[in-house]
Amino acid sequence: MKRLLSLYAWLVFAFLYLPILVIVALSFNQSRFGVRFTGFTFDWYIRLFNNERILEYLTNTLIVAVVSTVVSTILGTLLAVGLVRFQFRWQEALRYLLYVPVVVPDVVMGISLLLLFDVVRDAIGWPQLSLFTIILAHISFQIAYVTLVVRARLMLLDPALEEAAKDLGATPWQTFREVTLPLIMPGVMAGALLAFSLSLDDFVVTFFTAGPGSTTLPLYIYSSVKLGVSPEIHALSSLMVGLTILILLLGTLFWRKRV
Amino acid sequence: MREATTPKERLRQILLLVGPGALWLLLFVLVPTLIMLVASLMSRGSLGQLVPPFGLHNYLRFFTDPLYIEIIARSLWIGLWATVFVVLLGYPLAFYIAQSRYKEVLLLLVVIPFFTNFLIRVYAWIVVFQREGLINAFITAFGLPPADLLPSTLAVYVATVYTYLPFFVLPLYATVERIDWRQLEAAYDLGARPLRAFWEAIFPQTIPGLFAGFLLVFIPAVGTFVIADLLGGGKITLVGNLIQLQFGSAQNWAFGSAVSMVLMGLVLFGLWLYARTQGEKGLDKLV
Repeated sequence: MKRLLSLYAWLVFAFLYLPILVIVALSFNQSRFGVRFTGFTFDWYIRLFNNERILEYLTNTLIVAVVSTVVSTILGTLLAVGLVRFQFRWQEALRYLLYVPVVVPDVVMGISLLLLFDVVRDAIGWPQLSLFTIILAHISFQIAYVTLVVRARLMLLDPALEEAAKDLGATPWQTFREVTLPLIMPGVMAGALLAFSLSLDDFVVTFFTAGPGSTTLPLYIYSSVKLGVSPEIHALSSLMVGLTILILLLGTLFWRKRV
Repeated sequence: MREATTPKERLRQILLLVGPGALWLLLFVLVPTLIMLVASLMSRGSLGQLVPPFGLHNYLRFFTDPLYIEIIARSLWIGLWATVFVVLLGYPLAFYIAQSRYKEVLLLLVVIPFFTNFLIRVYAWIVVFQREGLINAFITAFGLPPADLLPSTLAVYVATVYTYLPFFVLPLYATVERIDWRQLEAAYDLGARPLRAFWEAIFPQTIPGLFAGFLLVFIPAVGTFVIADLLGGGKITLVGNLIQLQFGSAQNWAFGSAVSMVLMGLVLFGLWLYARTQGEKGLDKLV
């Protein structure tokens, strides 16, 4: 029985990794077409790095991910602290609003933001669809995830620690900065990491809120895949998978050290 | 909180903490949804723009045309079956990971595809299924003629199952970790056979995780347009493709908004059902 389960599990793992491994293998294949391995080469990676457009798309992707992660992590952390530490009117409504970006299909989120930007632009002539609108859109779904992650961490905290700081004469700001924040830091970092990967990963919301000149890597991959597969895309995909694994390993190490 | 805090000071603190985030959610989540609602009641102008008159005509068009009913039914159907296959693959996997000595490593093996770019995961299946792809390389190696596997419904199913499998395994794993295994021993002591013991003592304990995972797979699987777009080659239209089409080449934002409202309504209805069976706390656990 146990053997059967183990065999089944490894078949599922094979299913999870086979397509990724195929792409990585083909990114080193000399032949441009097909899956027959004709020889090892770094050509496709060299071409990729010599492609200035790709570097531009990479820069766009990173600008969006970094800016949106910073803003959403700050806003989401504050929001989580407020939701856990205070009772106030409309709190329930706010909690429900928080679930919306998590549960609504991304295509709905994308077109609703497109509509918003369009209506505002019609009224005041701004903002044009650009990196700026992509950043606004990403923050809007990241906030929810950051808040939920940080809130989970906050609920594990002993409120007595904050009470003690206050009794010792700390101002609310000092209490927040010197007691609460260091204690929830692992949660904040986990939230930021999640927000960052969500931004890197997002295609659908970006697709609807991007304009000319704001192509990101996922948008580029989509438009090239529509034209057909190519070894350059294999190479780019392999690099992105490698980056994902690196970020995850770093995150796991960081997480272990702090907890 | 200390009693000495005045109501005014308390309000100031709440506004400082909650204010910016709440305002953001209001402006970029609630307001867009309301705009979408209004847009769904408007009409298409000659240039595709939103114009009066207002009315329910977009909804009427959607619910009276068999073509659109078929699209929504197909989306639900494919979403449902993809979810069933995800459960079949993922349920035993979560148990295997939970019992393994190397569970941290195995968990990481599930997390890596989870965080790998969505488009890359879909793209990978093109490489597997295309005419010069992996499967056909196998088939032709045995001297058989290559099969036309792309675009196809099969490819859409496989890629959907593949894409959302980690979304199911992770929440289910969290439930499996907390299982009280003494109940299994108790069942054995009472003379139950292995299968019966599992069904009566273990399976009920995994139901919350099963539900959560089901929703996390079913909702995005119904809403996706990328998978059908890239692997179905325009042959398979799902509700997500319909929405994208209205905001793209069809240029009918009003109708597209109405379809989005229908999709959103379906999702909220599903969550309402979930909250009813799992209680209010269920939603928190879900996310």
